[in-house]
Amino acid sequence: MSVVELNQVKKHFDGVAAIKELSLTIEKGEVLGLFGHNGAGKTTTMKLILGLLTPTEGSVSVFGHSPASPQFSDYRYHLGFLPENVSFYQQLTGKEVLAYFAKLKKVNKKRVVQLFDEVGLSHAINRKVKTYSKGMKQRLGLAQALLTEPKLLLLDEPTVGLDPIATQDFYTMVDQLKKSGCSVVLCSHVLPGVEKHIDRAAILGSGQLQALGTLAELREQAELPTVIHAYGEINSDILRSELEGLAIHISSNNASVMKIKTSHNHKTQVLRQVMKHPGISDIDLQTPSLEKIYRYYVEASATKNSNTPPHMTNSMVKTKEGAQ
Amino acid sequence: MHAIWCIAHKELKDGLRNRWIIAITLVFALLSIGISWFGAAASGVVGFTSIPNTIISLASLAVFLIPLIALLLSYDAIVGEDEDGTLLLLLTYPLTKAQLLLGKLLGHGLIMGISTALGFGSSAVIIALFASGVDLSALSIAFTRFILSATLLGVIFVAAAYFISALVSEKSKAAGLALIFWFLFVLVFDLALLGLLVATDGQFNPELFPYLLLLNPTDVFRLINLVGFEGSGSGLLVMASEVEFGFLTLFGVLLGWLLLPLGAAYWAFSRRKI
Repeated sequence: MSVVELNQVKKHFDGVAAIKELSLTIEKGEVLGLFGHNGAGKTTTMKLILGLLTPTEGSVSVFGHSPASPQFSDYRYHLGFLPENVSFYQQLTGKEVLAYFAKLKKVNKKRVVQLFDEVGLSHAINRKVKTYSKGMKQRLGLAQALLTEPKLLLLDEPTVGLDPIATQDFYTMVDQLKKSGCSVVLCSHVLPGVEKHIDRAAILGSGQLQALGTLAELREQAELPTVIHAYGEINSDILRSELEGLAIHISSNNASVMKIKTSHNHKTQVLRQVMKHPGISDIDLQTPSLEKIYRYYVEASATKNSNTPPHMTNSMVKTKEGAQ
Repeated sequence: MHAIWCIAHKELKDGLRNRWIIAITLVFALLSIGISWFGAAASGVVGFTSIPNTIISLASLAVFLIPLIALLLSYDAIVGEDEDGTLLLLLTYPLTKAQLLLGKLLGHGLIMGISTALGFGSSAVIIALFASGVDLSALSIAFTRFILSATLLGVIFVAAAYFISALVSEKSKAAGLALIFWFLFVLVFDLALLGLLVATDGQFNPELFPYLLLLNPTDVFRLINLVGFEGSGSGLLVMASEVEFGFLTLFGVLLGWLLLPLGAAYWAFSRRKI
């Protein structure tokens, strides 16, 4: 049984479609990255999973139950959520805030102190929340989401306001949670750094899934080139003829650097050919980053015909791109 | 029940922390001691006069103050949590909207109850200690009845504040609406009834009239504190003295008055976009 299952979900607000059609499953111990521009339906999707909204059509199930039903209350103990904007109770201390949320989830007070330690906020445990910086509030929010060692964790923009070290610590924590079998939905605008920590990425655009899959799958689908820079004394004419049919584009600005664009499938073959040249002193390989993949799908969704059925989106986009 | 108590406990603690409880208690205590001791000063008497006089004076004071304080205390109960982002978070916790509402009601109700009991109770204690020739059992019955009904009146306006709070999207709007609500129920309603009486030369169906008073919880509160004291009502309430409403009937009406705004609040809260 999947932890989260969205089945042909549609959500309208006063006749306006926020989610046009969305089917998505999240398995146990899976980390899903949910990406999309503002207004793409990320937050609505989160709220549907949390049971704060009910779908206009289709069905949502979390832990095998409808999250909007009153019976779901008992399952909420296993649910952690970090909202995008939460200022908590300004007049309370960090400890008092977390103790209140802990009590609602029937978590004992020892865990509260322990969590402050885990998120690196022990020094501010007795300070009022109104004195907290954005990053500190974010840590407090995270501590709140982790109160019960959840089975499903939904994080809306978790790394906003965190410094690079805290961000790294945060992703280490996500990896640990994943190992312990927790499913994580990670909504983010900050793309660099997320790649290594997500199993699959879902890219939303105008209320529909534009792409869903592992990063390798998306890379392949998008046919974005891998860029190889070869440094050293290379006979460019020979290399050009050797890479005929393998490389998409070869260019060299000066004699000592060659820039080769190739597809994901031909990457290793190209590398092998390049390595045969004895003059090579260094090689640099850039696979398309999540940011490039994201940009590709978002731009594709902006130009595509609005009445394209979602399951055809990817192939349609590809043929259009090919025709250009 | 656990969730309700958690929320009530937080509201109660907030009430202590931001000095609401102590402030309300002091206001009630000072005004009620002043009224019980100097209420008859205009007629040249200083000191305790009689239980009916004291209770009726206290009731006319409480009828203005208690609704205002209750509305001020709780107008931001829902819209405030929404603005802080905690409402969204709380609703992902093992907690239903009804539990959240009832927890807040219990917490704010306790704040109103404690301040009313301590504030008005203190004047009862002072009367018992320093006034001579007071029937202690009559005094305690009258004050118990007064404190219970005043608390209930407070809770009714707390529930009304929740309704307002669940309807609007900004705290300042909630505050404005709460003030209008107070103005309508505490001042305009009685004036409108009086106007009706004057305009019809008192010929307005006299049998129906006392029942119109039941349409306003503040008037029901005043009626409760008149029951048992003969012919001592003033203003509009004289009209009601012809119909003898029982004490329990009136309390029942007040309880009904609690369910109405509470139901409306739940309805508005369920429809609210999170």
